[in-house]
Amino acid sequence: MMAEEFLKVNNISKSFAGVHALQNVSFTINTGEIHCLIGENGSGKSTMIKIIAGVYEPDEGEIIIAGKKFKRLHPIDTIREGIQIIYQDFSLFPNFTVAENIALNSQLSENKKLVNMREVRRIAREALESINVSMDLDMLVGQMSVADKQLIAISRALLQNARLIIMDEPTTALTNREVKSLFKVINNLKDKGISTMFVSHKLNEVLEIADRTMVFRNGVKVIDADAKEFDQAKMVYYMTGHNIEEESYKCPDNLREGTPLLSVKSLTSTGNFRDISFDLFSQEIVGITGLLGSGRTELALALFGINPAESGEIIINGEKVRINSASDALKCGIGYVPEDRLTEGLFLERPIGQNIIATTIDKLLNKIRLINQQKMENEIKNWIDGLTIKTNSAQNPVKSLSGGNQQRVVLAKWLASNPRILILNGPTVGVDIGSKTELHETIKNLARQGLGVIVVSDDIPELLHVCNRILLMREGKIVNEFCASEVNEDELAVMLAEG
Amino acid sequence: MLKKIIKTNEFFVAMILIVLCLFIGILNPVFFTLQNLFDLCRSATVMGIFAMGALIVIISGGVDVSFTAIAISAMYITVKILLALNFTGTVVVAIALSALIGLIMGLINAAIIAFFKIPTLIATLGTQSLFQGFLLFFIGSKYINNVPDGMLRFARTNLVTTTTSSGAITGLQAGILILIGVAIIVWFILRFTMIGRGIYAIGGSREAAERAGFNVVAIQFFIYGLVGILAGIGGAVFGSHYKQANPFDLVGTELNTIAAVVLGGALITGGKGTVFGAILGVSLVVVINNSLVLIGVPSEWQKVVLGIILIIGAGIPAYKNMMAEKRLKANLSE
Repeated sequence: MMAEEFLKVNNISKSFAGVHALQNVSFTINTGEIHCLIGENGSGKSTMIKIIAGVYEPDEGEIIIAGKKFKRLHPIDTIREGIQIIYQDFSLFPNFTVAENIALNSQLSENKKLVNMREVRRIAREALESINVSMDLDMLVGQMSVADKQLIAISRALLQNARLIIMDEPTTALTNREVKSLFKVINNLKDKGISTMFVSHKLNEVLEIADRTMVFRNGVKVIDADAKEFDQAKMVYYMTGHNIEEESYKCPDNLREGTPLLSVKSLTSTGNFRDISFDLFSQEIVGITGLLGSGRTELALALFGINPAESGEIIINGEKVRINSASDALKCGIGYVPEDRLTEGLFLERPIGQNIIATTIDKLLNKIRLINQQKMENEIKNWIDGLTIKTNSAQNPVKSLSGGNQQRVVLAKWLASNPRILILNGPTVGVDIGSKTELHETIKNLARQGLGVIVVSDDIPELLHVCNRILLMREGKIVNEFCASEVNEDELAVMLAEG
Repeated sequence: MLKKIIKTNEFFVAMILIVLCLFIGILNPVFFTLQNLFDLCRSATVMGIFAMGALIVIISGGVDVSFTAIAISAMYITVKILLALNFTGTVVVAIALSALIGLIMGLINAAIIAFFKIPTLIATLGTQSLFQGFLLFFIGSKYINNVPDGMLRFARTNLVTTTTSSGAITGLQAGILILIGVAIIVWFILRFTMIGRGIYAIGGSREAAERAGFNVVAIQFFIYGLVGILAGIGGAVFGSHYKQANPFDLVGTELNTIAAVVLGGALITGGKGTVFGAILGVSLVVVINNSLVLIGVPSEWQKVVLGIILIIGAGIPAYKNMMAEKRLKANLSE
């Protein structure tokens, strides 16, 4: 069957203040095709999306939608021609119900003056049914999970007669199970002849869903081919321009002797996890993994005192301790880096330097309790150099940094309080592949310096590269424990899935 | 369904209102006389009309503190013009003229807010001063001890009357009908029209509203124009009630109205609020301001009680929200 072209982008170039964001980019998306676009931060992915959306005007080139040629698109053209963009923030109204969020935009573009709630509910119900999803139409969207919001955004897009849906990093905040059901929806759309442009940097997802994959690097399309021709290594090669070989973490053989840094015995928290026992030695990196609901995050939060366990023992350096709050944990030398660095870890508008010293400012005071400028600057410089945070000034706001470097600032903030045990929850969520490798190197270096590190993650390659030991959790219990060198990616994936 | 109702702010405010009324009424049965209820309705009329305007602004995520200045200016100018013309016709003309003047001032607010994109509170703080200064300097700062005949006749129009124990005749002043009419219109706009949903949409997320295709600037002109009209109408009714035009009246009482609206469940950050809730909020404020004196609470204490009820009334929903968010977060973190 000869595929029908829906969107054709011809020789698009765009520069900002003399910097080329896109150079001579061309590609075609066919009807019903799942077309993945991957690339590192700054490779031109979002510029391309915004040109298709009509937000930016290209300097050169043209766009042809279903045979119609456009020199420049306006947002309203894009919508009229059947292209819908689902941005990372979804553009939903938190104060409206599910029904209204789904149906309002299409009612608005039909120029309706009055709103009939019965009609709105009917439209919304049908839209959700068309992607085989059911949810409470009367619930306020502000109270829903990210995954549900995404499904709402998709149903809303379909109502506007979308023929191509562009999803910008749709899986960033989703759990594995939610990603699976999103993929089901995307495949469903494909059967109906609706194309998807899937913009991501999660390679395993791209491998799973794509019909066709293209890679951008520094504003240039470096490859565009049938998805079957790609594997993970090839994608990494095209994204970064070189092969990244990550070495797995090797720690000394005689490591697990003597007193463990942290010893957990029969730790239990009803409904979350039970009978958890393990040891963590200095210089070790232990991975805790498991599916959604396996209790991995609850365990991490219990160790950091946010949701304390009900029974069991926590022993640090041979001494039994009680951890009932985060400040207890800090006193015991435990640091915790949360999953959502944007909301829980950083003051985005504030300078990098101030973020780094935020938890330790009281150590930088002089005799009369004012901040010792010299000491502060030295401290900041040490961390920026030590963790190789890429910036030309500690005065820049944190939001000016890339995801990987932001994550380093979070790390610096916690390391500044000198923990002996560091718990990292999803340390590289939302970080692109190049920075990911560098972050992994940073984590390994910390362990080499004598810290004990716990990495909570469901990113299989990450676990295998970073950890020396992995604990697999299922339904609140540790069901398996093995050395990272004993398993390969496929075996671990199977074990994880069986949970 | 019942559970849902109990959870709403309106239910909570209604409960406070009922408990307060019973409490006052038991201590002093005068509270439940028709005369007192008619007085309360009269007091609630002007604040209620203002509250409908304040509600719309708050739902859109703004705060307007200039409506009292608009009301008093529109009313004073209207009275001055009609007296100069020796106009003795119907009150409808006075209300319409006052509303028209209010509309013009409201559109000035809208223009400033839409084009300079400054926070609505700052813009209207500025125009409040501007409108009142303009009134005092260009129109007049003298107290007018008289209003046009139409307004006087309107002030004496009662829907029903009753004879008090002392033999005087009092009644339910007809202004309440204007409040009822305004409330129904605002309720209809907010609930059933696309522009009404647009007002909620802007309050929920301005960016999302723009992306969805709402014309945000046009909606802002609608909002502040309508608030101007309502302020003008409220001003005319206020002048009729007091049978005088004092250019120093009203300004300074705007926070009472805003407090009533917030008490009625409107979220000061926008996106949430109902006409019914705002009416309940106004009723509560009016009962506190007018009836605590019946049980011997000195007038200084009325302010304390109002303050406490406002803090509790705004604090409990905020606390519930915080708890709900915490639960949601706990659910989402697996």
